[in-house]
Amino acid sequence: MDMVAGKVKMTQQSVKSAMNPTDMLERPIRLTARDVTVHYGAKQALHGISIDIPDRAVTSFIGPSGCGKSTFLRCINRMNDTIEGAKVGGTIKLDGEDIYDPSLDVVELRARIGMVFQKPNPFPKSIYENVAYGPRIHGLARSKADMDEIVVSSLRKAGLFEEVKDRLNEPGTGLSGGQQQRLCIARAIAVGPEVILMDEPCSALDPIATAIIEELIDELRENYTIVIVTHSMQQAARVSQKTAFFHLGNLIEEGVTEDIFTNPVNKQTQDYIMGRIG
Amino acid sequence: MNALIVAGLLLVLLGVAYQSGWSRSRGLVTADGVNIHSRPQYHGSFVAIWAMVPALVILGLWAWFGGGLTRDYTVSLIPTDIMTSLDQVGLNAAIARIGALASGYGVTGESPAWEQAAGGALRSFQMLTFVGVLVLALVAGGAALIYARSRIDARLRARNAVERVVNLALLACSAVAILTTVGIVASLVTEAFRFFTFIHPFDFFFGTVWNPNNAGSAGNWGSYGLLPLLVGTLMITAIAMLVAVPVGLMAAIYLSQYAPPQLRAVAKPMIEILAGIPTIVFGFFALVTVGPFLRDMGNLVGLSINATSALTAGIVMGIMIIPFVSSLSDDILNQVPRTLRDGAYGLGATQSETIRNVLLPAALPGIVGAFLLAVSRAIGETMIVVLAAGNAPVLRGNPFEPVATITVSIVNQLTGDTDFTGPQSLVGFALGLTLFVITLGLNIVALYIVRRFREQYE
Repeated sequence: MDMVAGKVKMTQQSVKSAMNPTDMLERPIRLTARDVTVHYGAKQALHGISIDIPDRAVTSFIGPSGCGKSTFLRCINRMNDTIEGAKVGGTIKLDGEDIYDPSLDVVELRARIGMVFQKPNPFPKSIYENVAYGPRIHGLARSKADMDEIVVSSLRKAGLFEEVKDRLNEPGTGLSGGQQQRLCIARAIAVGPEVILMDEPCSALDPIATAIIEELIDELRENYTIVIVTHSMQQAARVSQKTAFFHLGNLIEEGVTEDIFTNPVNKQTQDYIMGRIG
Repeated sequence: MNALIVAGLLLVLLGVAYQSGWSRSRGLVTADGVNIHSRPQYHGSFVAIWAMVPALVILGLWAWFGGGLTRDYTVSLIPTDIMTSLDQVGLNAAIARIGALASGYGVTGESPAWEQAAGGALRSFQMLTFVGVLVLALVAGGAALIYARSRIDARLRARNAVERVVNLALLACSAVAILTTVGIVASLVTEAFRFFTFIHPFDFFFGTVWNPNNAGSAGNWGSYGLLPLLVGTLMITAIAMLVAVPVGLMAAIYLSQYAPPQLRAVAKPMIEILAGIPTIVFGFFALVTVGPFLRDMGNLVGLSINATSALTAGIVMGIMIIPFVSSLSDDILNQVPRTLRDGAYGLGATQSETIRNVLLPAALPGIVGAFLLAVSRAIGETMIVVLAAGNAPVLRGNPFEPVATITVSIVNQLTGDTDFTGPQSLVGFALGLTLFVITLGLNIVALYIVRRFREQYE
């Protein structure tokens, strides 16, 4: 119990020491989106989204349910391809390379852009196999020892190794919700992505598990470009350096997190942050 | 006619009882400030149940004992001097003749005066008892109705009472299913034991010759060895599964994962139509088309394939089972949560990697269940085998030769004149019991496998 309390406290401290806004703005841009539109059949879900996502920082998308933030997130690694009748327009570039270019291999793209989902979704395999699955299909490990190293270091980075080191062969589905979500993060890290997309990663977790994941996100920022969709404005304020506010399929306002929350320019953003819409 | 009258009167009683309970309950509602426990329809049902129970009990008792009473009365109508001259068979004949006279159908031949008189007396007795019982039932039902209606007040827990009765009715329905199964098994076991008094179980289960002497008598019953039939059954089942499982599973994977929605909307019902084709049609399809085709194919490559063989029956049976495997597997694959698929795609897995490594393992318990269900069906299948397997109960391992199965042998032994006094027909029960035990064993294995994988994956 004490340990958990300590962890929560640490989280608050580390969030307080977040990098300062100007530092964030000087970061190189990793992802650029221009005029991205999405249609599901006849219904338009996104109306021309344009945004830059900085390298090695956390960018959060906030907004009421159905505002298009998850839809936009799923455009970034082309997960919308798997949805029947979804049509994406505009351009999204990763390091200047158009990800919707027909010559680009979507499998390779998804190895570079990892994703963590709303509901923890470990595969019905052992903890070890869950993490090893990605490296295995991409042929990242040459030997068993290589694979062991990838699995252990990924679990370590996801802050899960100490808790599961004695039961790596037990099913991943037997872990608690928070542990499952960290397992999913480890699974995403194991492929060696540059960008990690998180679709409301804490919405199915209790406050303590949420605090642990938030702390983890803050640590991962050192090495990865992170984009997180969240319902919780507090969470966006705690973990992200850049925030974008979506409403009804439009990007209403984006900027340094502190500015968005303390000094929003747009009336709608203001209303949402004050809790008047949503 | 009488049954219609009874049913009609019971329906009227039911309607009146429900209505009276309902209307009384409505009367309670208007009295303001009263907190009513149950809704009017529960009060109506409550009164209706109360009214129906005594009426049904009285009618049921009459159905049970009425026959015996009528018979006793009929016997008492026969004059004593004639009675003494009748043996048991003669007495039964006399009772039947009196009954026929009473019903108005008449009898053949001369009818003595006492018989005519007895017929008339029986007729009025039947009339009287019928009306009497009916009136008694209605009066009892009416009395119960009035009593139940008088009990209705705001605090009466009619809903709980009605739900308890519904509960009992549901229990009774499941009891019917369970008791029927128990009854069938019991009769299989007892008749099979009678068979084993003629033929030693060892000779049955381990005998290698099947050659029942259908005209035989004690000491010359013929041979009843199970093995040729068991081998034939298993061979055909194995061939059928070799056809049905790969094709069915692949079709399910295609339909659930790859097929565009328009194709799926057409293809899925088409495959399910296959399941609606009567097995006898598959049987003559096997006999007329597949058998000769296989024989000609065999000739081309220098194989001697009989037109009616285990291969023919197995292949056609496999085709018949495809929709079971594909339809069940398709449903199971669609039940795998979308989040799991997304997880694999999100890691950069291709569609086929996702299916092989994530979807199929997650769906495995269900697919094994579907597989074993298909096996049970193949083992019990009869018509295709009757027509296409050649009915040659000889122990051999060559699938190109005719074989016979357990089901076919049951058909052969039980069709035509059977009297169930010798092993020729009783063997049907022993074979049936064997089939039942095999299928039961498969189901137990299926349950075990499903449970084991569940524990691991959830």
